[in-house]
Amino acid sequence: MIETQLLPALSLEQIAHSRPSGFSIAVDFKLVPGEKVVLIGASGSGKSTIIDLVAGFEQPQTGKVVFAGRDMTQSTPSARPVTTLFQSDNLFGHLDAFANVALGISPSLRLGESERSLVDGALESVGLGGKRGRLPQQLSGGERQRVAIARILVRKRSVILLDEPFSSLGPALAGEMLDLVETVAAETGAAVLLVTHDLDEALGFGTRALFLDNGRIVHDGPVVSLASDGGEAVQRYLGQARNRPA
Amino acid sequence: MAQRHGSMKPGFAALCVLALLFGGASTGLLTAAFADPDGAWQAVDARLYSVVRFTLVQAVLSTFISVGFALPIAVALNRHQTFFGRSLLLQLFAVPVALPAIIVAMAWLALLGRNGLVANFATWAGMPLDLNIYGLAGILLAHVYFNMPLAVRLFLAALGAIPANHYRLASQLGMNERAKLRFVEWPPLALALPGVALLVGTLCLTSFTIVLLLGGGPAATTLEVEIYQSLRYDFDPARASMLVAVQLSLVLLAGLLMKNPHLAADVSLLVRRPARPVPAGLRAADFVLLAAATLFVAAPLAAILGAGLRADFAKLVMDAAVFTSLAAGAISAVLAVALALMLAASQKSASRTGASWASVFERAPFMVLAFPASALGAGWFLLVNPFVDPASFAILLVVTVNAAMALPFAFRIIRPAHDLSRDRSDRLCTSLGVSGWSRWRLVDWPQQRNAILPALAFAAALSLGDLGVIALFGSGQFQTLPWLLYLKLGSYRTLDAEGLALVLALLCLGLMMLADRLARVRVQ
Repeated sequence: MIETQLLPALSLEQIAHSRPSGFSIAVDFKLVPGEKVVLIGASGSGKSTIIDLVAGFEQPQTGKVVFAGRDMTQSTPSARPVTTLFQSDNLFGHLDAFANVALGISPSLRLGESERSLVDGALESVGLGGKRGRLPQQLSGGERQRVAIARILVRKRSVILLDEPFSSLGPALAGEMLDLVETVAAETGAAVLLVTHDLDEALGFGTRALFLDNGRIVHDGPVVSLASDGGEAVQRYLGQARNRPA
Repeated sequence: MAQRHGSMKPGFAALCVLALLFGGASTGLLTAAFADPDGAWQAVDARLYSVVRFTLVQAVLSTFISVGFALPIAVALNRHQTFFGRSLLLQLFAVPVALPAIIVAMAWLALLGRNGLVANFATWAGMPLDLNIYGLAGILLAHVYFNMPLAVRLFLAALGAIPANHYRLASQLGMNERAKLRFVEWPPLALALPGVALLVGTLCLTSFTIVLLLGGGPAATTLEVEIYQSLRYDFDPARASMLVAVQLSLVLLAGLLMKNPHLAADVSLLVRRPARPVPAGLRAADFVLLAAATLFVAAPLAAILGAGLRADFAKLVMDAAVFTSLAAGAISAVLAVALALMLAASQKSASRTGASWASVFERAPFMVLAFPASALGAGWFLLVNPFVDPASFAILLVVTVNAAMALPFAFRIIRPAHDLSRDRSDRLCTSLGVSGWSRWRLVDWPQQRNAILPALAFAAALSLGDLGVIALFGSGQFQTLPWLLYLKLGSYRTLDAEGLALVLALLCLGLMMLADRLARVRVQ
């Protein structure tokens, strides 16, 4: 147990991967348990590819994906200690909030009494205790993401991947959701990797930032020093971000 | 005001054409019924009951079998997003929809007829077979041939709308193939199922050519064929009008049920999804299923191709019927597209001024879906018959009825491009004073041609393959390819018929492929 605590929750070791289009990524980084890291970069810089490689939706051509010291490069997505919150479509539209969370425990929805209580508890803790029977279309955008966060809670994985999950919500609601994720992560001790292109969101959430440019990490350091210590690519990106209309 | 928003006159002119066509047919039917009301009521007899029962039974069975096979095939195709020949297989599944019904009937006869490929092979192998494709079995085979691939494409389109993240989620949650089917794939399929089943059911309900050629006798006759026989052979106008009334009621009922079908627009050939490891046993089952489906669709095509190639093409392609068909198809297509453009233009103008005519212009093209070609043809046949030989109206009616049949499809293809073009250009054209022919030549045609050209090709293909109207009005003087083909079959000149079938199939397939290619250019 102690040994596991000392090992990185996630290591991407000399990963190299290229797409048929010619776009390639080459990255190498680690996340320690409980760490909150922001992966930031322009559209098309390779952020979602990294999420896919970590989650196991794609396998790298070279390099290793290691969880708590265990090489799981060839493992299926369900075998990895990872849970993902996507930008959209996190819920199945024909299943109610309870069932959508319960899938996190049993992919065939066969639940015992204690597991049912666990799901109810998770829904309570994200503030949706009274809405367990609602279908996704009967919930607001924020409530839908809360259901997905409740599923993260019941899955209890050591790595949480957030793929721009709150970009369609307003800044206040997005901040509220990130607070909720932080609470859940603190409860489970998970490391969190947040993908975003929003500098304010990055500053408000992470302790460490990885800046990705054209498939390469060009800055790995504290979020607060991103603007001052980042290189030319970071400055160019930040300039564009500042000029973007609100 | 009217100047700025555009005129509604073209739409009213198109409505007049449609009103004349449908009004004339309705007048013919009502006149025949009222001229002999006793005769019309006498048509409601045991024979009518048995015809209605067979019409419904064959439609329901065809639908069950088509949809029943289409579901697992679509799921298998969706499960395997990348395998060698997948896009070829999907293109093969688009072929039956593009083929005229008479070709499909001929193709099955070439494969499973008494002198078909299978019977000849069995005789050669020393195990002679007495195959009989006529009757319910033949009708079902041909209907499933038409509709199973169509249903597969529609189900596949529904599956293509599943967000890629749902598959990511399913694999992260550890769902097996059964759970993926239950939680991810079945919900959109269940949503599409009633619409697909009703569409297939309605197509089978109004099927004429297949039943005429493969029915094989009075026991296997549908309402459409009974209407034709009551006019061409028995000449019983009162009975024909009653049969049309029953047929219209059934089609309207199906149309009401289909009011809000959840049908996705098109097949997504490849959706980027995470790799999906499929268990070996299931992969083998999918392979067997897809191979059987491929054989089912390809074998009749191969049979008609093999049979048709033996014909004397030099003689056949010079037949006047080929040129008549091409000319009638071209005129029908131009008329359908002209009507679609007139209605689209006036709908846009009316919607800008908030005029209530907007919804009339929008719905008018789809009237034909509630009024089958047989009803239109029968109505006009009854209207003109007391005064002149219906054959003298053949070219006019074949062209206009086929144009009306192609109108809903042409309107659907043209309207989005037309509206976009108007939104982009109206204000600029008005400010520059560009109007009339100059506007059409310089602005409208360049902006809309990539929708107009596929609509023309599609409408021409539909018209080329039609047997429903020409069967009522055809004569020795006016022959189209399908009609000539039917006459050749009737006089047992099978070799000529198979050659003509191949010519017609190639023409229709060529036009449909052209329409598809032009539409893709539009999308790009």
